Amino acid sequence: MWRWLHPYAKPEATYRLNKKLLPWFAIPGVVILTIGMIWGLAFAPPDYQQGESYRIIFVHVPSAFWAMGFYMGMAIAALSAVVWQIRTAEWAILAIAPVGAVLTLISLFTGAVWGKPMWGTWWEWDARLTAQLILFFLYLGVMALYAAFEDERTGAKAAGILALIGVINIPIIHYSVYWWNTLHQQSTITQAITRFEKPSMAPEMLWPLLVSILGFLLVSSALVILRLNNEILKREVRRPWAQTLLLKENR
Amino acid sequence: MASELSVGSQVRALMRREFRVAMRQRSDLMNPILFLLVVVTLFPLGVGPEPATLARIAPGVIWVSALLSALLGLERLFRDDFSDGALEQMLLMPMAVEWAVLAKIIMHWLLTAVPLLILAPLLALLLNLPKEAWGTLWLSLLLGTPVLSSVGAIGVALTVSLNKGGALLSLLLLPLLIPLLIFATAAVETAATGLSPAGPLALMAAITVLALVLSPYAVHAALRVSVN
Repeated sequence: MWRWLHPYAKPEATYRLNKKLLPWFAIPGVVILTIGMIWGLAFAPPDYQQGESYRIIFVHVPSAFWAMGFYMGMAIAALSAVVWQIRTAEWAILAIAPVGAVLTLISLFTGAVWGKPMWGTWWEWDARLTAQLILFFLYLGVMALYAAFEDERTGAKAAGILALIGVINIPIIHYSVYWWNTLHQQSTITQAITRFEKPSMAPEMLWPLLVSILGFLLVSSALVILRLNNEILKREVRRPWAQTLLLKENR
Repeated sequence: MASELSVGSQVRALMRREFRVAMRQRSDLMNPILFLLVVVTLFPLGVGPEPATLARIAPGVIWVSALLSALLGLERLFRDDFSDGALEQMLLMPMAVEWAVLAKIIMHWLLTAVPLLILAPLLALLLNLPKEAWGTLWLSLLLGTPVLSSVGAIGVALTVSLNKGGALLSLLLLPLLIPLLIFATAAVETAATGLSPAGPLALMAAITVLALVLSPYAVHAALRVSVN
């Protein structure tokens, strides 16, 4: 595995791999996300209790799900950056953080919009909303710490350490907040998947939701890949490989 | 050449040194405590002197103020040592840096938490906390403050080379300290209603042990980034 992974410590190799991967994420991502959104927002049947307003689930759940998922991705990048001092991994932290923060913000916003008709309030100090808000703060902390250093290398390393500390804390925060209070329902998807004989969600609603989750993953990953490549080019712009590449692309 | 001293005596020597340095700037130790007292005084003025209201918000107010005042005093952990070069010497010492970090954390805890623990009954009195909860408030402060020192040390180690670390420090640390706040206030509130606060207190103790064991490693990694 190491022989296979090692070349990507070199920015040039990562850049080329990203270039190759980008269309495989971006094109299916846009297609699948569009399908998921149209299916969910227009064709899935209305909920018997919540009527049409439940449809925000097709944005809310995927963004909340990947907000956490991308934090894990950022922590893995941070681990490789701290342990093996790989510079591309340091840049990956910076590429992921804003994308994850925006996903968190989307889930918070849609949660508030959904809460208004359902619970009768924009914001409720409910366990899952609060945990998501804290996750947002963790993302902001990583970005702020990076931005505070003049030397980018030091900033990226410090941000990486903070991301790792955050990842140890996430389960503690999660359970403490749960224990503290809840209005939010339990995750419907886990219930739907773990109880096949009596699913808690109709399949005509579950399928578009799963499609949307996949679409969110692909589009967000495409954004991360784009950001990482920009970062690589920005840092390596004085290197010969980057200059020849830029000259070739701009011709 | 490894030194002849055992780890224990090295840690003790470092703690003595920390104590002596701290005693030369006593105002640095006093100011966060005075800040805490003033903030707690502001709440009755802000929300009204109704005893029932004050008793209701007392655990939260005391703990939030303790968090904020801890943030004020944290920079002392590494800031001066960083600017006069003592921190680099500490990293070069022929002993595991984690022990030195732990010595600093323990001394910082003794110097900040002991005054807080002495002051705690006064704060409880000012906010009209029910008598049954006093012991639990005291215990929660005793169990929780080591987390403030050890997690705080990570934050300070990350930001020590920055000139404008203060506001950033709170942004980094406060989200990480939220579980502590939740368990501490839960413990005091259950005690105030006459129930046993053993559950949340045990969780706080667990967090404290976890923080004390893991934070020296994180601080070491962070210091190596900051000192370069």
